Amino acid sequence: MAAIEVEHISKKYGEVEALRDVSFSVNKGEIFGLIGPDGAGKTTLFRILTTLIRANSGSATIAGLDVVKDYKKIRNQVGYMPGRFSLYQDMTIEENLTFFATVFNTTIKENYYLIKDIYQQIEPFKDRRAGKLSGGMKQKLALSCALIHKPVVLFLDEPTTGVDPVSRKEFWEMLKALKVQGITILVSTPYMDEAMLCDRIALIQNGSFLDIETPQEIINDFKETIWSVRSLNMSALLNDLRLCPGIESCFAFGDVHHVTVNESLLTIASLKKQLQEKGHIDIEIQSIKPTIEDCYMQLASK
Amino acid sequence: MKQFLSFIRKEFYHISRDKRTILILLGMPIVQIVIFGFAITTEVKDVRVAVFDPSKDEVTQKIIEKLDANEYMNVVSVIDHPEDVESVFREGKADIAIVFNQHFSENFLHTGDASVQLITDGTDPNTATILTGYVTNILSSVQQEISGQSKASFSITPEVKLLYNPGMKGVYNFVPGVMGLILMLICAMMTSISIVREKETGTMEVLLVSPVKPIYIILAKAIPYLVLSAINLITILLLSVYVLGVPIAGSLTLLFAVSLLFILVSLALGLLISTITKTQVAAMLASGMVLMLPVIFFSGMIYPTENMPVVLQWISNIIPAKWYIICVKKIMIEGLDISFVLKEIGILSVMAITLVVISLKKFNDRLE
Amino acid sequence: MNENNIVIETKDLTKRFGHFTAVDHITFNVHEGEIFGFLGANGAGKTTAMKMLCGLSKPTSGSGKVAGYDIGKQSELVKRNIGYMSQKFSLYEDLKVWENIRLFAGIYGMKDKDIAIKTEELLSRLGFESERNTLVKSLPLGWKQKLSFSVSIFHEPKIVFLDEPTGGVDPATRRQFWELIYQAADRGITVFVTTHYMDEAEYCNRVSIMVDGVIEALDSPVNLKKQFGVNGMEDVFYKLARKAKRGE
Repeated sequence: MAAIEVEHISKKYGEVEALRDVSFSVNKGEIFGLIGPDGAGKTTLFRILTTLIRANSGSATIAGLDVVKDYKKIRNQVGYMPGRFSLYQDMTIEENLTFFATVFNTTIKENYYLIKDIYQQIEPFKDRRAGKLSGGMKQKLALSCALIHKPVVLFLDEPTTGVDPVSRKEFWEMLKALKVQGITILVSTPYMDEAMLCDRIALIQNGSFLDIETPQEIINDFKETIWSVRSLNMSALLNDLRLCPGIESCFAFGDVHHVTVNESLLTIASLKKQLQEKGHIDIEIQSIKPTIEDCYMQLASK
Repeated sequence: MKQFLSFIRKEFYHISRDKRTILILLGMPIVQIVIFGFAITTEVKDVRVAVFDPSKDEVTQKIIEKLDANEYMNVVSVIDHPEDVESVFREGKADIAIVFNQHFSENFLHTGDASVQLITDGTDPNTATILTGYVTNILSSVQQEISGQSKASFSITPEVKLLYNPGMKGVYNFVPGVMGLILMLICAMMTSISIVREKETGTMEVLLVSPVKPIYIILAKAIPYLVLSAINLITILLLSVYVLGVPIAGSLTLLFAVSLLFILVSLALGLLISTITKTQVAAMLASGMVLMLPVIFFSGMIYPTENMPVVLQWISNIIPAKWYIICVKKIMIEGLDISFVLKEIGILSVMAITLVVISLKKFNDRLE
Repeated sequence: MNENNIVIETKDLTKRFGHFTAVDHITFNVHEGEIFGFLGANGAGKTTAMKMLCGLSKPTSGSGKVAGYDIGKQSELVKRNIGYMSQKFSLYEDLKVWENIRLFAGIYGMKDKDIAIKTEELLSRLGFESERNTLVKSLPLGWKQKLSFSVSIFHEPKIVFLDEPTGGVDPATRRQFWELIYQAADRGITVFVTTHYMDEAEYCNRVSIMVDGVIEALDSPVNLKKQFGVNGMEDVFYKLARKAKRGE
């Protein structure tokens, strides 16, 4: 039995289609990532799966329980961390954790082993009010509160949004450690680099899934030729590349530009020559493997 | 059970850590009682009376003597010509004028129909009412003195004015009103804001996706405000008795029981508001505009509802505070027992049950 | 970029809240037309520092000048000469596109005639002509963000402060946004931007990284990577931020 099973879910808000015929399943103990920007439908999907709202059509089960008929039972067994920081700002770390433990009919002691690695990082501050914590600490607290009752499935809606890269990295390491405990995790994020850290991912845009596979498979499915190009004047390079025949797309990617190329029209050597003629220096062109972001942009533009 | 207690403890944390709000909630009743009790008074003192007495006989003299002797009134001018009546007012020399007709005693003793004209400034109807009330009182007592057993046949305004008779101090009117206002405010407004705050900050989402039964969420939010209301109730009663000198004439137990019923109605109203508003600001406005203002105007606290147009009187009937204030007046001030307030208790009970049922039905354990 | 013209300068800028020093004696300069990345972990003091630079908060000690005005004593003049865009886009959702433009332009003291002309220019440059009467809340996220940026520089300020402008936005729109930033910089507008996307740090002329209230590094991305012997800005950031003691 899959931990999460979704069949043809659709949801409309007035005229806007938030979710269009979405189907997928998540296996027990998997880390499944929903990757896509704001407005793609991630939060709507989460709310349906955590039984907070109802879909217009389609069905879903969590650990075999139907999200509509068995919603009360589901609410006993899942952990949920919604998008914004949703804990009590005027209560301390310890008070928040104790409260949620009691709400789930357990104690901090009972499942401490689950949250130990996470909680220990914020334990020195346990008498500080939650509202006065930094972003990274709030995250750790929220995660602890969501885990304290040893949920069967953990739903994390954009837990790393607005958090600095170091804290993000630490957070994902914590998630990996949870996998070992057999907890299924459904997590959403707009950060494409985090996609690589999931077992399987679904790329979402405007309420539809563009693809559902392991990150590696998605990269393998990318059929275009892709190069990274760099020169001294990156801004001018961007414009010039777009004018070159044979360049199908060109996007900035940090310190290089990624270009997809029609190989019958262009080789690395000929591109280099063209750029030199336009006055570029320190040119470096390499053939690369695509990143998830490249895949997303290509699928999204179709 | 442990879950429920943990919830209540959380609610107390929230309240006690919001220092500003708690200052208002506990301090407000004290401030209101003091203000209403001392500073604002609907008694009118130092009334200046002008008299036009063409008759100048025994009866009119007696009336004038009695008017002057009254602690609130002074006869300040005697008018010789009826035309001067108007100028006395224009010049601001008198607050009320009494115009006797000719042959007053004769008419009074023989035809039983002596008329007296009371003229006063109508731009402030409240004061005007009070002034005419004072004078009517005097006239009435003189009439009784003189006529003994014969029936009175004065064609002067009826008893209704006596309710605002100076014999009864103004503050008696306000204490029940303040009680109704404070309890409504704390229970309805604060409870609704508290519930809506969870919706607004998103913690409600987390609570819903948990084993907690929604009913516990509501109860846990209501209980702290119930406790606060009880504290305020005791504070108000203590202040009224020991500071303002308003006695509790009737049963204290009955007073508390009726107050509890009213608190229940207010809590249910707060719950209802929380199900239809999405933001704390909206909840506050709804409680403020929709509840408090009607309570102030329609409960009879400041203005008598009997003087309002019929439509508004009808509206005042659906304001729970009105019935509560009537109850309190009857129990606390008039010292009546339960048999006299059965109607009000009945109405409040029906309101409580209806509101609780509607709110529970409307309370959504999903987000939409 | 005009290296000779300094548009932001600070000297030992400090902000204390009681015993807690949020910003600890930071000193740096930003040149005209530069794209300056202001990075740091959560709780490092970035937001506090930015608030001071925007004239929204008074420094406890030290000094700073933005667009030539003192941030402690002339904060109102500072505000008038800068643009600002925050992550939550700062537009009124229930006003139309052109109404928002007019509102903010008016706030910055532009004359009606200028507003009208520039509005047309802007709408055509963004390709928004057909959307001029659309309520902002109906716009797709990426459009809102581009509009918000354009509104923040509508009055051609010397400097524009961008507070995590691309949070949660799809990859294609993110890049389009940065192209708008390049265009603004080319026109001489200095761009002071904070972001958590390390690839965006690469687009900046220079980057500063705050840790525990102090600027631990400030240089071009190329130099920083050389200095720390790593390949990407993420690694630079990781090396620095990991040392942070402030509750992380």
